[in-house]
Amino acid sequence: MDAGLIDSLAAALDRDRVRTGPTELVLYGRDASNMHGSTAVVCLPTTAAEVQACVRISNDFGVPFVARGSGTGLAGGAVPLDGAVVISLAKMNRVLEVDVANRLAWVEPGVLNLDLTRAMEVHGLHFAPDPSSQQSCSIGGNVANNSGGPHCLADGVTNAHILGLEVVLPTGELVVLGGEDPEPAGLDLRGVFVGSEGMLGVATKVCVRLTQNPPGVRTLLMDFDSVEAGAETVSAIIASGVLPAALEMMDRLCIEAVEAFVHAGLPLDAAAVLLVEVSGLQRGLEADLERVVEIGRLHGARSVRIAKDEAERQLLWKGRKSAFGAIARIKPNYYLHDTVVPRRRLPEVLSKVYEIAARHELLVLNVFHAGDGNLHPLLVFDRREPGVVERVHAAGEEIVAVSVAVGGVLSGEHGIGLEKRDYMPLMFGPDDLAAQELLRSAFDPERRSNPHKVLPSPARCSDAHAVAEGMWI
Amino acid sequence: MDLSTFAESVGESGPVRIEGDCTRGGAPGDFPLVRAPAGIVEFLPAEMTLTCGAGTALAEVDSVLAAAGQMVSLGETGTVGGALGSGWSGVKRLGHGPVRDALLQCRYVNADGRVVKAGGPTVKNVSGFDLCRLMVGSRGTLGFLGEVILRTRPRPRCSKWFISSEADPVALLSALYRPASVLWNGTSVWVCLEGHPDDVAEQSQRIRGASEVAGPPPLPTGGRRSVAPRDLGALTGHFVAEMGVGVVHHADPASAVSVDPAVRLLHGRIKQCFDPVGRLNPGVDVLSPVGGKP
Repeated sequence: MDAGLIDSLAAALDRDRVRTGPTELVLYGRDASNMHGSTAVVCLPTTAAEVQACVRISNDFGVPFVARGSGTGLAGGAVPLDGAVVISLAKMNRVLEVDVANRLAWVEPGVLNLDLTRAMEVHGLHFAPDPSSQQSCSIGGNVANNSGGPHCLADGVTNAHILGLEVVLPTGELVVLGGEDPEPAGLDLRGVFVGSEGMLGVATKVCVRLTQNPPGVRTLLMDFDSVEAGAETVSAIIASGVLPAALEMMDRLCIEAVEAFVHAGLPLDAAAVLLVEVSGLQRGLEADLERVVEIGRLHGARSVRIAKDEAERQLLWKGRKSAFGAIARIKPNYYLHDTVVPRRRLPEVLSKVYEIAARHELLVLNVFHAGDGNLHPLLVFDRREPGVVERVHAAGEEIVAVSVAVGGVLSGEHGIGLEKRDYMPLMFGPDDLAAQELLRSAFDPERRSNPHKVLPSPARCSDAHAVAEGMWI
Repeated sequence: MDLSTFAESVGESGPVRIEGDCTRGGAPGDFPLVRAPAGIVEFLPAEMTLTCGAGTALAEVDSVLAAAGQMVSLGETGTVGGALGSGWSGVKRLGHGPVRDALLQCRYVNADGRVVKAGGPTVKNVSGFDLCRLMVGSRGTLGFLGEVILRTRPRPRCSKWFISSEADPVALLSALYRPASVLWNGTSVWVCLEGHPDDVAEQSQRIRGASEVAGPPPLPTGGRRSVAPRDLGALTGHFVAEMGVGVVHHADPASAVSVDPAVRLLHGRIKQCFDPVGRLNPGVDVLSPVGGKP
């Protein structure tokens, strides 16, 4: 590592916000995935100008850089490779401006998701994306991964809630993409930046759309004798024209683990439970609730439990949201997958997931966003068992392949990062991948922003076209 | 016409332009003209997705979706490809969201005449760069849309427009729960409420001096402008503004907006990468305002 790089960074930021301590470097070498890289320096800028300085200095030294929020990503998207400079946005965590009437706010990327929603409560507003990690994940991270969450079924994932972005481009310029006005001139570069996993630059300011809190919310739990009956209920609810605020499913093993943990009174003998939330104005809400219950009963729901007050509602949600913590009671390690399948294929894909796990002698739990067809199979294991990690990876690969084969996608909300980079050809052909490379090339000709993520093999803008410039003119 | 025939019509070299119904303008010049495939390929009500050729009329899409109690937020006139290419939303954007959120997957023909797939068939999808976002509003300058998968939404049970000359349009944005549209022309307010009929009736009580009308006012067609919602109060002249959104339908043509040189440069690099010889819709500059009808 060039000492000049660290000295230059230290001159641009305060010395104590340019970290090179061995413990910190190890921590920042990884995220919440099981992958790790290495870095020689971690920068903690507090302004857009400092972020810009970090990017420009990295460029001057020919070193890549990677932006980092809270490091809760599960696909290795924030893992530094090629000795990338880590640019942590954690210290840029202010809500800058709120336009209550028009429901938008400018925030810094390090603001935590749940902190934003809590700060907006006084205005009767919230930030709609609510990933399970919402207590610790940052808005900048949500932007990078186009994050989802249970309540994205009705309100859409992060992209639908980002109006504008101030960004340091990989080439070093500070620009605004999108903005408060609805149809800014030119291409929707805001839209392509969201979900680009830190490869198109570093966001330094985010204009978020805020959502009105619903005047009424009802939450109910239905349980079924079979996973198939639960999955068919999901499809039938959506087909009936009801779009619940959330529609979540847990299978038997998951129910057991959660119940032992939160004591929510979940039916331990059920094969699957559905957690359904409807929200809105009173009469529409009642009509939706009635319809959901009717459809559930038609599909063999054994019991229907409607939360009678906010405390019971919170308890039901606690069961869903603490699933990952509860799983530690079964085995010390887990590998969480994230794929999406067309809703109508849920029953067959779930049965294949069980079959794959059984064949690899693994336990699998399912807790997922059923309304979106967004599966989260959790393979639980004990790392100390010889050969188990290899079996977990083999099973995971099969689950991904099965999901894509039925017309699904590689990831619903965790992103591709490093984890699924080499699976991209399952979903995209060479021409499709080349087009994604073109976008990368246009933003980042030198490929310095979070290198080696998402796209399996690099190709230059000029490589992708056989036609020479000016041929027809 | 299938996609490969469409790709052949675009070819590998020479300038070429694409047109739908030209309800939102069209590509200039007398270069060879192509049209995208038309027709609905597949509608899956339980998935809330519809696959169709980009040349399909929005009216046809709407009639098929209506039969299943669904709809798509792409405006009313012209073709699917025209709506996506322009990126212009309809007047219910406040409640229904922008055009860009309706496109899940597309197959477009690139400058080399090859079919490229972008996005995925499910609503939730973060698998690589979202090139669908790049295509919406790109006016055919980066690739020609051939076939698309659209996200549908439930059609509201009841949809009613109200007019008032007493209500404050900004206050209404907070007083009403998720109205589909709030329009203002400087003196009167038009509100579209959707949902359960009883809820629509209850919400309409909150609009001072409201009376029901058949629909929105005629929209001035001189120029479509994009304004930060907080600045709508300063509008002058003959206009209809979409409150809480910022789209303004004005009688006077929109003037060119200033574009950050770095953003302009980035646009140039994107065009250079996707269409190095500039053969797709030559003469169209996405950074210049469009004349013609909104």
